[in-house]
Amino acid sequence: MNLIKFAGAILLVIFFASCSKQNINITKINETDSLQLVTSFSNDTHHFTIYTKNGKLQQGYNKIYFQVKDVNNQLVQDLSASWKPIMHMITKSHAGPFSAIQKVTNSHGLYEGYIVFQMAGNDTEFWDLTIDYAINGNSYSIKHKLNITPFTKRNVVSFKGSDNQSYIIALIQPTTPKVAINEIQALVFKMQDMMTFPVVDNFTIKIDPRMPSMGNHGTPNNVPLTQTAKSSFYQGKLSLTMTGYWKINLQLLNESDTVLKGESITDEIESSSIFFEIEF
Amino acid sequence: MYKMVHFLIGIMGFPILLFAQDHHFQKTDTFKNIDLENVVVIAQHHVANKKTKVLSSLDNYLESNTAINMVRRGAYAWEPLLNGMGTERSVITIDGMRIYGACTDKMDPITSYVEITNLSKANIYNGSSGSAHGATIAGNIDLMRRKSGFNHSGFKGTVFAGMETNNWQKMLGTTMQYASPKFYTDIDFIYRDADNYKAGGGNKIAYSQFTKYNISAITGFKLSKHEEILASLIYDKAIDIGYPALPMDVALAEAFIGSVQYERHHITPNIHHWETKLYYNQITHIMDDTQRPDVPIRMDMPGWSKTGGYYSKLIGKKNKHHWNANISGHFNYSLAEMTMFSNNPGEKDMFMLTWPGVQTINNQIFIEDKIVISNMLSLSVHAGIGNHLNRIKDNLGYESLLIFYPEMSRSRSRWLKNAGYTFSYQTKKWQHSLGMGFGERAPSVSEAYGYYLFNSADKYDYMGNPHMNNEKSIEINAATGFAVQKLSVKLQATYFSLFNYIIGKPQASLIPMTIGAKGIKVYEQLSQAHIINTSLSAAYRFSKKWQLSGDLIYRKGMADSLDLPQIQPLTYRTTLQYQYAAFLGEASMNGALAQNNFSALFGESYTAAYTVFNVSASYQIKIHQHKINVKAGVENVFDRYYTTFASWNKVPQMGRNVFINLIYSF
Repeated sequence: MNLIKFAGAILLVIFFASCSKQNINITKINETDSLQLVTSFSNDTHHFTIYTKNGKLQQGYNKIYFQVKDVNNQLVQDLSASWKPIMHMITKSHAGPFSAIQKVTNSHGLYEGYIVFQMAGNDTEFWDLTIDYAINGNSYSIKHKLNITPFTKRNVVSFKGSDNQSYIIALIQPTTPKVAINEIQALVFKMQDMMTFPVVDNFTIKIDPRMPSMGNHGTPNNVPLTQTAKSSFYQGKLSLTMTGYWKINLQLLNESDTVLKGESITDEIESSSIFFEIEF
Repeated sequence: MYKMVHFLIGIMGFPILLFAQDHHFQKTDTFKNIDLENVVVIAQHHVANKKTKVLSSLDNYLESNTAINMVRRGAYAWEPLLNGMGTERSVITIDGMRIYGACTDKMDPITSYVEITNLSKANIYNGSSGSAHGATIAGNIDLMRRKSGFNHSGFKGTVFAGMETNNWQKMLGTTMQYASPKFYTDIDFIYRDADNYKAGGGNKIAYSQFTKYNISAITGFKLSKHEEILASLIYDKAIDIGYPALPMDVALAEAFIGSVQYERHHITPNIHHWETKLYYNQITHIMDDTQRPDVPIRMDMPGWSKTGGYYSKLIGKKNKHHWNANISGHFNYSLAEMTMFSNNPGEKDMFMLTWPGVQTINNQIFIEDKIVISNMLSLSVHAGIGNHLNRIKDNLGYESLLIFYPEMSRSRSRWLKNAGYTFSYQTKKWQHSLGMGFGERAPSVSEAYGYYLFNSADKYDYMGNPHMNNEKSIEINAATGFAVQKLSVKLQATYFSLFNYIIGKPQASLIPMTIGAKGIKVYEQLSQAHIINTSLSAAYRFSKKWQLSGDLIYRKGMADSLDLPQIQPLTYRTTLQYQYAAFLGEASMNGALAQNNFSALFGESYTAAYTVFNVSASYQIKIHQHKINVKAGVENVFDRYYTTFASWNKVPQMGRNVFINLIYSF
């Protein structure tokens, strides 16, 4: 008898437990709910709101989202746009690598793309962003100064390779590193001229994570970053055996496996000339 | 390798003279001077406790057994090696309770969490015959709680104090007991506090101090004529313990060890005794380097271990069979952390789990039968099987290990089996025994899941290996004893053939973590290793007053023609005792030959021979019910500077030490 009661109780618990799993709240999610507002700006006809995951635009790779509203505060659902970030330095100006702008899949009017800011802005040198866009065949343009905060750790490197070509490598992942084998993602760009930075395909980024404050401790089972498809992110595996400050030493290899920049770590060479930094 | 096994089985088939290392059954005692059974008597007032330095550490007591020797990392918490094997291969229990140490560097063997006041004796079971409380290769040291039992002795107690001059160790304590036919309780307390000790020659060994408190209580109620319950609690706290052989010390080592037990006797004519125990214990071990002035990097390494378990044991007799059966189980959770504080200001702390939150669940059954074949010949047989499950509970810990073993699963279950037999043959003057056993063990938490555990002897970081199989052993034991009125001699030998022997091997491709480490060793398994233990004990009584006794111990351990680490060279000790009325005086000598068979791969090196002399005396004053024992002596009389083969990193042993023990009993 007791056994039956006990079994009954267990069955009830299982029943409710399984029910509660199915009670997923299906409410309409605001498209920007998971994002944080960075800045907003307007011209005569439209109002732009810029979002990122953490509400900041930082040195390095930034995934950027934006919405556009018209003067009646209606969300623009169909536009085509392109952008250009320009760094105004004292003596010269240059752009940074950036992607095309796409509408976020299944969204009403949220657009996305990425920009790599090789450096932060300061009092005398600053970034601005120009967005050229078209709605219903009419062209518009908007320009706004951006506040790019420095990233305390190195997440973008620019250098001249042994092929005499200038490159930029930007770290994308991990954004929340763990003591584990992390997915690591990066992008490689070629500096064609001061304003043009196309994605480089079919290269390899070798990584060697080290802890300088632990006698240059290193980790096993790292996998070099390679592309799975043309113009896609470079992906690899990054082993971090503890929390703390890590230097991710890099070597960039071209399609014929020639090292363009970076050194292997040995007892004598403690650091590569190109590296990322991760601290967590 | 199996050829060898067959050969051995062949040998064992001979109906040779045998005698059991059996502790579950009584035996007629023909030996007058040597304990037949492998028992170390610890209780101060036990008649068999002949030790003059009664307040010495438990480690000193255990070391008097020829099967045990001690790895010393300082003055405190020596690690007992049983039959030349470390604590991974042995099982140490307290009244059958399993306890897991919480230190990744073996700085807290179970024996460091109990005190001599808690215990009456230690039963030592060699090889697989010690599997009653868990799978073992080397055997089992079962520390037995001291309890007064149901009798009419009423209220009794002792108050004691001791002092040692070498490290100014002060000891203070008391034992109290009340016993009646229906109820008894024992309470004891001991406090020890020691400064740094001085090695032979007078050099102070820095970081060898310690302070320890221990309190315990045990209470029994008689529920009915044949039923009783028992509750026991031990609380042990040691603080500020220095480990001069290691780069770190211990701020706190703390244990709660509790149990309740139900016992019933005279159940049926064939079942005498049924005993069931539930227990729980919890250990906190805080390792740090705050006292050390110069370290490459500051670090904290706390560890925690929680164990709960049960056993239920039946003892019975039918015709020629004396049997017992034991079902037992325990779970353990072991977690250890390491936090390193970077020398570069502003850098975040470096954190990892060195024991990744490992759960162990073990359930097993063990049965033993002693068959009296004839007046002189008996056969003891045992067999057992258990299921051993490991599971990594902590997510961070699991993901950390996945770095090294991307394919590993969170949990692993294995079966651990043991079996063995011993023939015993006994005449009036002779006793012989010959036996054989098979045992298995699972890799320890460190061996399977340890994460960058630095070994300061070989200077390697050790990585666990979760993919290892059971380590197995086949052992042969033989003993011969001869005893007449004045002379007793006992010769014992145990041979272990270990298969899948677990040992760390360097992995050149891995980069060490600890600053200054030579590299990384990963635990691997050698197909075979051999360990031989031999000992000769003898005692001769010249007269009623004079007795000479001594032990000779030799071990050898080999794998692939290389010497195994921590294997004792020829070690000797001899004691001349004079006893007259209440006076006992003794002069003793102990030492070892040089250690030439060291394991350089394990960081060992040649150890010179040494001999140490000691003298001591004790006298008992008795006034009615009151007794005062005064015991005093000098150890290492000639202040010899020496290290033993098992002195970690060659830390020198204590120099001349004058001790005095005062015990007042009422």
